[in-house]
Amino acid sequence: MKFWREPLDVGDIKVTKGKVTVVEERCKGCEFCISYCSRGVLAMSQTFNRKGYHFPEVVAPKLCVNCHFCEVICPEFAIFSQEEDQ
Amino acid sequence: MSAQAQAAPQAAHPQDELLRTDRIPHIWCSGCGIGIAFGSLMAAIAKCDTPRDDISVVSGIGCTGRLAGYIHLDSFHTTHGRAIPFATGLHLTRPQNKVIVASGDGDLLAIGGNHFIHAARRNVDLTVICVNNFNYGMTGGQLAPSTPFGAKTTTTPMGSPDEPFNFCALAAACGATYVARWTALHIRRLTTAISEAMNKKGFSFVEVIAPCPTAFGRRNKIRRSLDLLRFYYERSVVKNHLAPGEATIDFDNKLVVGKFVDIERPTYLDQYDMVNRGELEAWPATGVDASAAGQRKAG
Ligand code: SF4
Ligand code: SF4
Ligand code: SF4
Repeated sequence: MKFWREPLDVGDIKVTKGKVTVVEERCKGCEFCISYCSRGVLAMSQTFNRKGYHFPEVVAPKLCVNCHFCEVICPEFAIFSQEEDQ
Repeated sequence: MSAQAQAAPQAAHPQDELLRTDRIPHIWCSGCGIGIAFGSLMAAIAKCDTPRDDISVVSGIGCTGRLAGYIHLDSFHTTHGRAIPFATGLHLTRPQNKVIVASGDGDLLAIGGNHFIHAARRNVDLTVICVNNFNYGMTGGQLAPSTPFGAKTTTTPMGSPDEPFNFCALAAACGATYVARWTALHIRRLTTAISEAMNKKGFSFVEVIAPCPTAFGRRNKIRRSLDLLRFYYERSVVKNHLAPGEATIDFDNKLVVGKFVDIERPTYLDQYDMVNRGELEAWPATGVDASAAGQRKAG
């Protein structure tokens, strides 16, 4: 992680790691999760789901910090993250 | 997806326990803000200590009104504008219940406007969540009392000639005990506001500024929901405890968001019980001195 100034307690701060899951059939392709994931974990798929929408794909799973923002901003309950052991 | 991931059963979404999953995907358009507000409400309910059987959700007609049909709690989808009267009845028969009203701006404050005013005045212990998308989405995007001056709708193709309501100022003026406004992108603060509103005794009101790309955005040259969501957020300024009358929704200057009112006031049931138990002394409490009356010079 990049900081504009190294925090004094940087050694003690634990960055959580997350595993993000997409419920593809529920997605309506609004891109909210992709735009607002500050870690660039997600990208739009080339393929369609059953309803004809593109859905997010996890392109950088290692970068997910389990912040849940994609989960709370998704209007379709189609994506969520869970904590993963480091 | 790898073969291994496909073989393992996919974990369930954490909000599935509060959703009627058999009805999902819901009817709301791609990028509609109602889904975000609904998720926020479910997050607040999940955190709440009240037993699930004692929480009920009431909604009226409209896009937001469909919400009652998707939540896995006691819920009722009432007739147009009548969510608050129904919720009032429910609250009075089961005072231990937390009754949440979630509906749109047109339903709550146009056709249901009078119910809103009087429920706030009587301080009925309800939590009212208004998803404000500035128009009547379900019926094709007509002018609503929330439509900003100059904004285009199907019934005002040249732009709305009317001044819109300031719902937060109205709620506060009528006596609401909790009043807050957030945009859908202020999602964490919105969830906190809904939690606070649910825990507040009396009439509490949370307004959610939400994108309606299909009916409102499309006619106002902001077609993409992502742009509309960002537009509301970027025009907003947070001003907690500002006098609600000054909390304007002005897209050029200040779309004020924040918590504006958080006060204590006896609820409708408190006052009703007090009067009917005969605990209230005479009115007016200071008494009337008949001999003194009429002695003070008028004017
Ligand atoms: S949990 Fe946070 S970091 Fe992980 S994908 Fe979602 S938004 Fe990105
Ligand atoms: S926010 Fe939800 S509906 Fe929108 S693209 Fe992401 S997963 Fe799909
Ligand atoms: S018409 Fe507007 S408010 Fe209704 S579901 Fe579509 S985007 Fe949402």
